[in-house]
Amino acid sequence: MRVRNLFAVVVLSGIYSFLMASVLLVLDAVDVALTEASVGAGVGTVLLLGTLYLTKTEEARPVHSILLPLFVAVGTAAVLIWGVSATPPFGIADTPVQLAGPDYIHRSLAETGIANVVSSVLASYRGFDTLGETTVIFTAGIAVLMLLKHAIPPGPDRKD
Amino acid sequence: MRLDVILRVVTKVILPFMLVFAIYVQFHGDYGPGGGFQAGVIAGATIILYALIYGLAPARRLVPAALVEAMIPLGVLIYAGVGVVGWLTGGNYLDYSHLAHDPVHGQEWGVFLVEAGVFVTVSATMVAIFYAFAGRGRR
Amino acid sequence: MSDLIALAGDVVAHYNQWITVFLMVSGLYIVIARGNMVKKLVGLSLFQTSVYLLYISAGKILSGTAPIIDPHFTVYSHPLPHVLILTAIVVGIATMAVGLALVVRINEAYGTIEEDEIFKRDDDR
Repeated sequence: MRVRNLFAVVVLSGIYSFLMASVLLVLDAVDVALTEASVGAGVGTVLLLGTLYLTKTEEARPVHSILLPLFVAVGTAAVLIWGVSATPPFGIADTPVQLAGPDYIHRSLAETGIANVVSSVLASYRGFDTLGETTVIFTAGIAVLMLLKHAIPPGPDRKD
Repeated sequence: MRLDVILRVVTKVILPFMLVFAIYVQFHGDYGPGGGFQAGVIAGATIILYALIYGLAPARRLVPAALVEAMIPLGVLIYAGVGVVGWLTGGNYLDYSHLAHDPVHGQEWGVFLVEAGVFVTVSATMVAIFYAFAGRGRR
Repeated sequence: MSDLIALAGDVVAHYNQWITVFLMVSGLYIVIARGNMVKKLVGLSLFQTSVYLLYISAGKILSGTAPIIDPHFTVYSHPLPHVLILTAIVVGIATMAVGLALVVRINEAYGTIEEDEIFKRDDDR
């Protein structure tokens, strides 16, 4: 089943982001769910619709056969399933993953006075990563402004 | 009567609540879900909604493109500046312990300023990207 | 027989991994198989979302709660994947914004956003 109308694809991706935000909420990741809902379903949909406004809204007929991509996809799925088969089952508390968690949870309120452990880890314990992330957002803004700032687009045979 | 009366009236009613919600999420990031990124995206979405319903020119009059483009690096500067203040007050880079009279208050001040910087950059970037896409125009 | 039941129990206990792998491979298939650039970017965002699920479902404890300290609760889910994925979501939207801006410029330069037509036009030049 192929969806060739790109507007439907964009709306479906917005619905998918909302569903993913609900799933993340059920998995106790409240900050992440808020970010995914606002970023994926909000700004992501707006940017995709803006792109559709500036380009076409129909996908062309497919030219290549789907056998090779399907084969690559199934092969990758098999390798991934073999790779994750040794992980611990879902939701158990005494796994190697859960070792560093109680450390931050105990230290956060005493050392920083912040009850939301995710905020204190993001801004204080792992502050360098957040500085890098802010720089990435800055770079993306500058890149989009460099590409799309001026209102009149050039013709297809002029060198820009 | 224009065909989009409902959209315009509902937008006019809901925009101040969106902005207040963005500021609420920013300041309550310490006590509940929230923080700089979420608040910045919601604040950017407020301006984007205003531009979608009322047109790009009124939005550009309300929030000029020059202001938005100046705000993008300002947030990164605030964040890096807090780090440099950490150097100047005797610790490592981005060490918040010496920003106030005792380490816990120093950490709270550091986190507050850093999240404010993130809010400024994220909201300005979302609005600037939307202005770039919407202002391009088809040939 | 009991071996088979143990294997089936194992498969069911890892259901979060199965969902993650399915979403990841769907996203990968869309990126490889479709020629339309906007669809490729949507497939890429699908791929990234499956990675978020992988990390966050690994940090979840079944009787715990969100990692916000409160006197009523003692067991909290692991906060570190939440921090990493928060960064990942924002970086993902940043790359998608730059990708879409590039798609707009490609459309202005070539008149199309289909990969095959762009390659043909480049070969003809």
